[in-house]
Amino acid sequence: MRKVYLDNAATTPLLPEVREAMLPFLGEAFGNPSCLHSWGDAAREAVDNAREQVAQLIGGDAEEIIFTASGTESNNFAVKGLALAQQNKGKHVVVSAIEHFSVLHSARTLEKSGFEVSLVPVDRYGLVDPDDVRKNLRKDTTLVSIMHANDEVGTIEPIKEIAKITKEEGLVFHTDAVAIAGTIPVDVKELGIDALSLAGNQFYGPKGVGALWVRKGVRIMPFLDGGVQEGGRRAGTENVPAIAGLGKAAELARANVASRMEHITKLRNRLLTELPSKIKHVVVTGHLQNRLPGHASFCVEFIEGEAMLMLLNSQGVAVTSGSACTSRALKASHVLIAMGLPHALAQGSLLFSFGLDNTSEDVDYVLAVLVPIVDRLRQMSPLYAKFTKTGKGGK
Amino acid sequence: MPVYSEKVMEHFMNPRNVGEIENPDGVGEVGNPVCGDMMTFHIKVKDNRLEDIKFKTFGCGAAIAVSSMVSEMAMGKTLEEAMKITPQAVADELKGLPKQKFHCSNLGAQALNKAIKDYLDKKKGEGKK
Repeated sequence: MRKVYLDNAATTPLLPEVREAMLPFLGEAFGNPSCLHSWGDAAREAVDNAREQVAQLIGGDAEEIIFTASGTESNNFAVKGLALAQQNKGKHVVVSAIEHFSVLHSARTLEKSGFEVSLVPVDRYGLVDPDDVRKNLRKDTTLVSIMHANDEVGTIEPIKEIAKITKEEGLVFHTDAVAIAGTIPVDVKELGIDALSLAGNQFYGPKGVGALWVRKGVRIMPFLDGGVQEGGRRAGTENVPAIAGLGKAAELARANVASRMEHITKLRNRLLTELPSKIKHVVVTGHLQNRLPGHASFCVEFIEGEAMLMLLNSQGVAVTSGSACTSRALKASHVLIAMGLPHALAQGSLLFSFGLDNTSEDVDYVLAVLVPIVDRLRQMSPLYAKFTKTGKGGK
Repeated sequence: MPVYSEKVMEHFMNPRNVGEIENPDGVGEVGNPVCGDMMTFHIKVKDNRLEDIKFKTFGCGAAIAVSSMVSEMAMGKTLEEAMKITPQAVADELKGLPKQKFHCSNLGAQALNKAIKDYLDKKKGEGKK
């Protein structure tokens, strides 16, 4: 059976060149970067080199990069660390309603220690209006965190415009760029932001490693107390193989960004146009233009995402859904609900995310297997039966 | 994939008794799309026995498997026997359901019960005429 991996938003595969770059540090080069001998030197050089590679990917300085264990850690670190470092100025934080849980739940944790949090709404395409950010600012606001791109619906947010506002108001602005860094060019100086999160497994690097870029001069509370690793802000012996892999992945992403974008955009566009033409009553979610290149997301009416996902898996196709039944919390995607989608429609969410290994034949195959799957589940669906009898319930 | 038993997977992949019955003797509908799962059961009754059962389900793999299993368990049973089928009995017959899905997906027995009550109510109404 053909196997088609279309879940690159969850994780990309590891590139062979990246694995090669990691291997020495899983073998003879096992030293601790803090040690003052040749083993330590080799490991330290690898970490320094990776720091430079990651900085170059986003147009920052090496000394502004803090390595972390994931995008989630970077977001926790940024939201909590930046808010706490400024708490004598104010205790109000502004985030969007469609942030990743690592930002939303970090903000909720701040609330427990006396902070207040405002959620900026999004429109039906998942776009944040910079004016809405401005409207949510208060005298005691110190931190704004708005994601660069949403991993569920692919929408890219107007970060530069939002950064203009935060700069005017003298606020710290963090962006969660986990879904976008390494996929399209991102330049922190051009964006005019203060902090940015990224993760290795979103651009063909290893899992378990991420980075937080914090502009020089911006104060942040240390995340892990201990030794002086990462400038004393994130103590603990470095995960050298993963960091070396992240560095290599960043270097490759920067060198190949144009050709990678072209490849996955082409495939994505085919699915975005052909799927709704082959299957009736399908809604594309997210913004059509301001969209991550490899990202195609839909809501299929009258049926539920987990059932589609299971049947697709039985045909060798790997995708994701934001339906309540697929989430462990059994709640429909907060992103789709914030965009104003009805619950029943959000239940039919399907997300396809393309990567370097995908081909045009993959798109053919997915379309070929999905059509009968949707048909089969609709024949089973009481909502579809009602729709065909009364014409009611369609979008 | 969700951690489903082989039995759940088998019923999900090959559900029994999907559909609707023309002029059913009873209809039962439970759940709503907001909470995720919704089921409709149609029954045909002959000599106090379930002669035919058909279902339609909007929901996850477990919800579809549950509906299929209930229809199989109840087919040919007397109404009294069928009404004794509990969600726990259905889950047991399916060799277990994921804990967090037990309540939201396990609505089949309830839907069947509703269809039987619908039939009994209609019959009572006819008796009064």
